[in-house]
Amino acid sequence: MKFVDEFRERELVTRTAEEIRRLADPARHYRFMEVCGGHTHAIYRFGLKDLLPENIELIHGPGCPVCVLPMGRIDDGLAIAQQDGVIFAAFGDMMRVPGTTGSPLEHKARGMDVRIVYSPSDALKLARGNPDKHVMFFAIGFETTAPSTALTLMRARAQDVRNFSVFCNHVTIIPAIRAILDSPDMRLDAFIGPGHVSTVIGCRPYEWIVKEERKPIVISGFEPLDMLQSIVMLLRQLQSGEAKVENQYRRVVPWEGNRAALKAMAEVFQLRPYFEWRGLGFISQSALRMRDAFAKWDAEQRFEVPGVRVTDPKAAQCGEVLKGVLKPHQCKLFGHECTPEHPIGALMVSSEGSCAAYYNYEHRKTATATMLSQAV
Amino acid sequence: MAHGAGGKSSRRLVEGLFAPLLYPDSAGPLTDAAQLSIEGTRIAVTTDSFVVKPLQFPGGSIGELAVNGTVNDLAVSGARAEVMTVTYILEAGLATEVLEAEVRAMASAAQRAGVQIVSGDTKVVEHGKADGMYITTTGIGSLIHGMKIDPGLIRPGDKVLVSGPIGDHGVTILLARGELDLEAELTSDTRSVLPLVEVLAEASGPGIRWMRDPTRGGVATSLNELARDCGLGIVIDEDAIPMHDAVRGACELLGLDPLHIANEGQFLAVIAPEYSDAAVNALNLLPGGEDARIIGTVCEHPAAAVLVMTSYGGSRIIDMLVGDPLPRIC
Repeated sequence: MKFVDEFRERELVTRTAEEIRRLADPARHYRFMEVCGGHTHAIYRFGLKDLLPENIELIHGPGCPVCVLPMGRIDDGLAIAQQDGVIFAAFGDMMRVPGTTGSPLEHKARGMDVRIVYSPSDALKLARGNPDKHVMFFAIGFETTAPSTALTLMRARAQDVRNFSVFCNHVTIIPAIRAILDSPDMRLDAFIGPGHVSTVIGCRPYEWIVKEERKPIVISGFEPLDMLQSIVMLLRQLQSGEAKVENQYRRVVPWEGNRAALKAMAEVFQLRPYFEWRGLGFISQSALRMRDAFAKWDAEQRFEVPGVRVTDPKAAQCGEVLKGVLKPHQCKLFGHECTPEHPIGALMVSSEGSCAAYYNYEHRKTATATMLSQAV
Repeated sequence: MAHGAGGKSSRRLVEGLFAPLLYPDSAGPLTDAAQLSIEGTRIAVTTDSFVVKPLQFPGGSIGELAVNGTVNDLAVSGARAEVMTVTYILEAGLATEVLEAEVRAMASAAQRAGVQIVSGDTKVVEHGKADGMYITTTGIGSLIHGMKIDPGLIRPGDKVLVSGPIGDHGVTILLARGELDLEAELTSDTRSVLPLVEVLAEASGPGIRWMRDPTRGGVATSLNELARDCGLGIVIDEDAIPMHDAVRGACELLGLDPLHIANEGQFLAVIAPEYSDAAVNALNLLPGGEDARIIGTVCEHPAAAVLVMTSYGGSRIIDMLVGDPLPRIC
């Protein structure tokens, strides 16, 4: 089994799309939120919207860990790296995200030592290979990536690597979903649940959504067949008036989650009392910081951090797009002041950002040629 | 850095700064080579510089890229490379064996491509600059008979052809840098495409409207340039694009789009429909042309953009590359 081709098989995709058309009640308008930015991109990349009937609307959720980070935190990370002898290490996705004085890539062009790493252990390796420098790893991600940061910190402590620290911006997914459901502007029928974060946390953490809010949720994989099958499962639940947590991504997501990963996270991290999310405001118990036992590797404790709150430019509507209240092209700055080359917010450059997905795949199907020449 | 990646920023740099100041009299869109007349003889000239890390990689090295790249720029402009000049910028401390290996590689690539290297220059810069070496080659060629490359003749219904599998070079380089814990049996596709272009000219010369070699920025960038220049739409069938499984797999894992990945031994062509079958058939018969395919069609809509039809009849717009392709997080 190749695990990619089988889940993109044209015949099956076509049949599943037909099943969706059969199940969807023409008298109803369905609003399904896909929480995860990876799902947003999959939808656009495979042209899945073209396969769905008009009355199924997909709403993009806040599941993009780069997008929800307020600009002030980018500034903080860059401020630490401005110091002599510090190497700023981060995933590729972080490199074009704008801070108030520019993105990490722009800072690199101005002389800052900025390196792309593919995992936190690469950053630790970098530290061991550069004993006269300090490597600061800018850690981001939901529970998806937190375990590897945790394991890396455990290794750093075991090997007593002194010239390494982590600037921790890990956030947790459940409070974000709660904030969406608490929001008065939102009217959702069901959720396409995030696939990769669930490989760590399992399916239980979503049970309150079906119990308290009575909204179905199906944890979905990322291939076209996964997403279409998840939509079939949601429609079936709605048709029969049920609301339960279902796991479509069974080949990867265990119901109980990954015990070892959760254990590592618990050993290294604790919840911050509150954390600011772009678009969603301050949410309590929604982000991770390092426990005192790991203080020596906590960049926020080793370095002075400005900690300035930076609000988005007034005209930018990143928050509303993140919550799914606005579609990307409905933001006034979309495609004009804010493009992938001159992004105002992270949603336009992150590989999980809905504005990026929309811009790269969709919007020029409906734009005029003049808009094209202006955008370039 | 984005200005060197071959995508939007590069184009803006050329159109906005270089062209108006350096070639104010030039008319028409930017092409890979310039055509001019000297004492009544028409020739084509092109120049290109080569900056690659690592210098040697599976399937080739910077020396071969330097020869083949310039031969190919001339070939897709309808010219046969006759002579070439080369300049080296060498980093102080570069091992002699490395330099010698590259010079040998260039000599043999030049011989295979049928081009003579006639003139050159060398400079040495401080240790820490030039990544070992940078090479620039300038090529002069004679025009290939029988082709009528005139983008002004492009019409809806014209076919888009690719000479072979895409993405090999860029992914090979990425893996050769060793930063990723990823291995694949892939080699760079660097080669002279002149033999293929000559066969194409013979089989369908009068029908060839446009050609380009999709190097940095990949197929998507070249097709977007075409779309913008002619104002028409290019609709590509995703399933028709030839690609090695290893490229597909590596791009999936890293979150990269194969259409944005550099190629060093392929070309794209737009061919009038009455000639397109003959073109593909002729190429398929040639060693190295077996995977040539028609991958798309020129259409009225979407104007000035490139649309990719997915396997399921859905579609997505693909833009030029912005900056360097960056692997994703989760």
